[in-house]
Amino acid sequence: MPNHILSVNDITMQFGGVVAVNNLTLEVNENEIVSLIGPNGAGKTTAFNVITGVYAPTNGAVYVKDNMITSNFPKSSMKKLYAGENNGKYTTTMRKTPDQITKLGVARTFQNIRLFKELTAFENVLIAKHMLYKSNFLSATLCLNRKEEKAMREETMKLLDILGLTDVKDEIASSLPYGQQRHLEIARALATNPQLLLLDEPAAGMNPQETDELTKFIYDIRKKFNLTVFMIEHHMDLVMDISDRIYVLDFGKLIASGTPEEIQNNQRVIDAYLGVQEDGE
Amino acid sequence: MKKSKNLIYSAIFGVIILLLLFFLEANKFQYGMAYTILQKGMILAVVAVSMNLVTGFTGLFSLGQAGFMAIGAYVTGIFLIPSDSISEVYYISGVNPAIASFKNWLESGPAFLQPIIPYLALIIGGLLAALFAAVIGYPVLRLKSDYLAIATLGFSEIMRAIISSPQMDRVTNGSYGLKKIPGFTSIFEPFGIMVVCILLMVLLLRSTYGRAFRAIREDEIAAEAMGINLAKHKQMSFIIGSFFSAISGGMLAMFMRSIDSKSFSVSLTYDILLIVVIGGIGSVSGSVIAALLVTASKEWWLRFFDNPLFIGGVQIPLFRTGFRMVIFSVILLIVVLFYQRGIMGKNEFSWARLEKRLLKLFKRGGAKNA
Ligand SMILES: Nc1ncnc2c1ncn2[C@@H]1O[C@H](COP(=O)(O)OP(=O)(O)OP(=O)(O)O)[C@@H](O)[C@H]1O
Ligand SMILES: [Mg+2]
Repeated sequence: MPNHILSVNDITMQFGGVVAVNNLTLEVNENEIVSLIGPNGAGKTTAFNVITGVYAPTNGAVYVKDNMITSNFPKSSMKKLYAGENNGKYTTTMRKTPDQITKLGVARTFQNIRLFKELTAFENVLIAKHMLYKSNFLSATLCLNRKEEKAMREETMKLLDILGLTDVKDEIASSLPYGQQRHLEIARALATNPQLLLLDEPAAGMNPQETDELTKFIYDIRKKFNLTVFMIEHHMDLVMDISDRIYVLDFGKLIASGTPEEIQNNQRVIDAYLGVQEDGE
Repeated sequence: MKKSKNLIYSAIFGVIILLLLFFLEANKFQYGMAYTILQKGMILAVVAVSMNLVTGFTGLFSLGQAGFMAIGAYVTGIFLIPSDSISEVYYISGVNPAIASFKNWLESGPAFLQPIIPYLALIIGGLLAALFAAVIGYPVLRLKSDYLAIATLGFSEIMRAIISSPQMDRVTNGSYGLKKIPGFTSIFEPFGIMVVCILLMVLLLRSTYGRAFRAIREDEIAAEAMGINLAKHKQMSFIIGSFFSAISGGMLAMFMRSIDSKSFSVSLTYDILLIVVIGGIGSVSGSVIAALLVTASKEWWLRFFDNPLFIGGVQIPLFRTGFRMVIFSVILLIVVLFYQRGIMGKNEFSWARLEKRLLKLFKRGGAKNA
């Protein structure tokens, strides 16, 4: 039996009448690189937001390893509005907050970069170390946690070094060029010591050369940090190159899943997404 | 090299301040105005920094400062009014026997403990305010910014209503307020308290918790995704801010010697907010500088506008009591319109920055002369 690090079960996410994700089920196994692809507005980011606890799903459950992190079923006004499947299958309501999910080893980046804009690159990463240390506010205020503080700073420097950001560590995050901001977001996510890293369009806005480097980079960090990577991406070269498996979403529904070859030759995927994309280019 | 230079500058600066305070203390009757204003400025500096901690650093737009100050002020007042004067103060409905016997017990304690009582009172007032903050923070901190502001403002007004309610007559002396509160024995007392309070807040802000607060201010969703427990950290910032607000309130009680619930109306919170805005939202040194500047200009420098002015024997009609407040408001308006980041923006004071500024100024002057 494969080791699921993430299981998404029958997730439906409805915003009023808009069904953004429709009965999505998928698994990510340990150490895999899995991609989630699909046309604009297919519900990919919404799926990430459910997995990381930003939204409570309308129906369905999500597990990280054996920990249930969210479970829900349509209630009150949603009862009538609910347009998804598997109504009645889930009977518990629970929801871990995003910080609790991060503590379970799930870290993420954001599609529209959400750095702490007015803080330095160094501080951005250092902040993500906060949750890993136990000193309370009194000992932190009175500087009784010097050892911890030192360890945090050293680990931060190490990460910045790995991401090639040492030179810009004291720059304000929002003043960095786009590519470096994306790197910084990855550094910040890695600072939480994740086992599962969710990347929402890491190559967006990058030039072909940077995209190439990203492939190698993702392999590198997977090895170095023993990571599982689950990513949303539109650059098909990158996706086909790097993914062990691919899931395809269209209008919130899963239309295909499989290896890169299987996906490339899947007529439904070509019709809904790949063909359209090539036409566009 | 650079560090030692900063240290020397800071040491010199500290010595100058201390000398100045010694001078003022020795000549306090001659320089009464400066003496009082400096004290009030120090007190407001503490509450301004505490508000900045919550609003400027954590991004929680809270307007409850006056309410928390009232808690601190009343606790301090009740602790410190001498037993001999107590029946004089509570002359309408008498004092609650528990308070009376508590005070007797306190005053019968060993003599060497007596000087500590004011500090004890400040801390207990702070802790009580922290408790209130914890209780109201739980529901209120879930609200988004403008609702949070309204809710905390509401709390502050409720606090005031409770204090002045007839049911509290025997504790707070209702609407008559407290009098005969012993004041500071010298200017070094408020100065010392201010330094300790602000130092503690600065240390907190520089710690990993302070960074977490700033992360929340910058982007709640990202902060949460980085494992920062929003509810816990907001609560923490709010409680700690309230603690120091109450300490400032206690200091204010000792400074004013007599307080009533009107001393802690919304306009007090408004004054503090102005100090924070003028100093720079997110700058501790800005708040301190602005607290002194605003207090001085409001109570002293702008007084000039309140006195009748004659030019060539003609009285200029605008110059009369209250006009300084108009001028003050105009200055504020200008700051808010054209100088939104305040004196310091989000930056902190540093010698290097000052040096750079001064050099620039000299160079410009030099260029003009050439
Ligand atoms: N908070 C929200 N409220 C209402 N509708 C939303 C919300 N978030 C997403 N949606 C809708 O859900 C649908 C899916 O959006 P989502 O952002 O998940 O798409 P996506 O697959 O990430 O697209 P893209 O490739 O453009 O990033 C869209 O129709 C969007 O308008
Ligand atoms: Mg998206």
